[in-house]
Amino acid sequence: MFHWLEKNPFFFAVGVFIVIAFAGLITVVPDFAQSARPVAGLKPYTVLELAGKEVYKKDHCIACHSQLVRPFKSETDRYGQVSLSGEYAYDRPFLWGSKRTGPDLHRIGNYRTTDWHENHMWNPKSVVPTSIMPAYRHHFTNIADIDTAYAEAVTVKALFATPYDAPNGTKLGSHEEAKAAALEEAKVIAGNMKNKDVKDAVANGQVPEIVALIAYMNRLK
Amino acid sequence: MQSNAALEYDYSVAKLFTFTTILFGILGMVIGTLIAAQLAFPELNYLIGEYGTFSRLRPLHTNIVIFGFTLSGIWATFYYVGQRVLKVSMAESKFLMAIGKIHFYLYFVGALLAVITLLLGFSASKEYAEFEWPIDVVIVLVWVLWGISIFGIIGIRREKALYVSMWYFVATFLGVAMLYLFNNMEVPTYFVSGGIGNIMHSVSMYSGTNDAMVQWWYGHNAVAFVFTVPIIAMIYYFLPKESGQAVYSYKLSLLSFWGLMFVYLWAGGHHLVWSTVPDWVQTMGTVFSVVLILPSWGSAINMLLTMKGEWNQLTDNPLIKLMVLSSTFYMLSTIEGPIQAIKSVNAIAHFTDWIPGHVHDGVLGWVALMIMAALFHMAPRMYKREIYSRKLIETQFWLQTTGIVLYFTSLWIAGITQGMMWRAVDEYGNLMYSFIDTVDVLHPYYVIRTVAGVLYLAGVFIFAYNMIKTMTSSRTLTEEPMFRSPMA
Repeated sequence: MFHWLEKNPFFFAVGVFIVIAFAGLITVVPDFAQSARPVAGLKPYTVLELAGKEVYKKDHCIACHSQLVRPFKSETDRYGQVSLSGEYAYDRPFLWGSKRTGPDLHRIGNYRTTDWHENHMWNPKSVVPTSIMPAYRHHFTNIADIDTAYAEAVTVKALFATPYDAPNGTKLGSHEEAKAAALEEAKVIAGNMKNKDVKDAVANGQVPEIVALIAYMNRLK
Repeated sequence: MQSNAALEYDYSVAKLFTFTTILFGILGMVIGTLIAAQLAFPELNYLIGEYGTFSRLRPLHTNIVIFGFTLSGIWATFYYVGQRVLKVSMAESKFLMAIGKIHFYLYFVGALLAVITLLLGFSASKEYAEFEWPIDVVIVLVWVLWGISIFGIIGIRREKALYVSMWYFVATFLGVAMLYLFNNMEVPTYFVSGGIGNIMHSVSMYSGTNDAMVQWWYGHNAVAFVFTVPIIAMIYYFLPKESGQAVYSYKLSLLSFWGLMFVYLWAGGHHLVWSTVPDWVQTMGTVFSVVLILPSWGSAINMLLTMKGEWNQLTDNPLIKLMVLSSTFYMLSTIEGPIQAIKSVNAIAHFTDWIPGHVHDGVLGWVALMIMAALFHMAPRMYKREIYSRKLIETQFWLQTTGIVLYFTSLWIAGITQGMMWRAVDEYGNLMYSFIDTVDVLHPYYVIRTVAGVLYLAGVFIFAYNMIKTMTSSRTLTEEPMFRSPMA
């Protein structure tokens, strides 16, 4: 049979494809629906949080930080409750990462504050003296892309039935409403910050990346 | 088999890809060495403002090495080997020649766009699948063109039976096509929202745990089908050719090929051990990873036994030395991977530096050494000149071997140290170390790893210099060497 396949490239290719294709089907498909279910009470990200998640993606924080608390006592002592599948139901993409050059961030919102993040992102050594993390000062001047975050929310609501505008859930509304809501949320965070440029930007109706990123960090609990 | 005495193979496309292999090899490894240094000396993060941080550069490093250096190497060797094992010249078909050239130029444009967009921060943030959707479209087109090349040249072949190398090239084409398409299923938000926001942005079709499953089914097997399968295609051709020895066992080739095809795709789950994916998927990942030793070592042993009775060539031909070391590193990393996939080991190893350590003994040791040896073998045949300097190959060999050994030993120690410190508890059951303690302790290993990177990179520069000299100013050859590559 193998000799025959080697002389018949079409059937050879079909054979290879069958042999490689079904492992993916068997491992991914059976639990797909169950794995997509959210935990009870999970709310979709607000537009500002999504914009912060975009900053997280843009600067590729997953290169050094995980978002997955594994089921060991040493991890739950350090980071908090074990991560559950349903907590990630609105994460597109998932941001578990594969390397902890820095600590896990899945529950960072439980034990770090806006003020801590502000100091840390401006100069990591000010809060962790031997930190090897770079400072991300450009987050204080770059403006977050609220429009794209809104577009993402609209897309996941339309295509994947992410429950925006559900009772007691995250409100999305129209483009203008969403922008206004994001700015309100940003004002609360900027109120807890001390950087003058950031405060001025928010007062002028703009949201610096750092504000969106902190909104996202505070949401991770 | 027909005589190929009159056949003049056309290497114009292979030469183009040889050029990008060298270019992206240097670029990818310069960035790699820089980001390794950043972990030891964080001040290096600020060289080019927001574009120079570790986090921004790391995807550039991985993508340039995978999709730049390695893919170029795969295609350079394919456009060389394909003609020869099928006994047909590219010059015989104007169509295939045109496709080959378009393949190259579209790839090169796509690669440049990819580098620029990643540097600017357009990223889907899935490892080795960071490119945003417009780049994905270009990659799919490039892949289709390669498919036309493969099956086109197979279509006009004179040698009816496909040689082992062709099995592996065909499998590479099919495997990556399937994996890339399914993992990059994403929706551009600009169009769905009616023209709001950035046109580059997209959102994954899968969420959370499902996204993780698809991503690591892709992530692991992209490694399989870019870093393993086509590299085996190379060694099956170049080792017998350079040594003048027949492949040791046809049956072992068959077993290893079909075994690898069947087993590899199941092993992705080992990236998700102790995560929230279903337990049975994790267990399957572990079990198949261990089984994977068989086909992997099958190929490697088949290659080593090909040298049976001819081990003296190891001392007098540096290209044989590179290829034998390469398949030895293949054996090392394919036994290391399954060890890390075992649940109890994974609990310590996952998230630590042992993982990049493992990747690099595979990629530096197996992939890059094999690609460089292949290009050295091809050079006298493509450019009709002898290799510029044997001494430089020897120097490169020892610099790089030392580099690889320092690299993986330092990261083994770093990884296991950190993994053990994360879980260490005192007599009352409290954690002994804060996280930053486990970072501080790694400094010396990060320094050693940087030195390792510099050594390896120096070898790459020597390789590039040697290749360019071979192309331009080495002594010309009047006839094509049969086996051993001539070198000064």
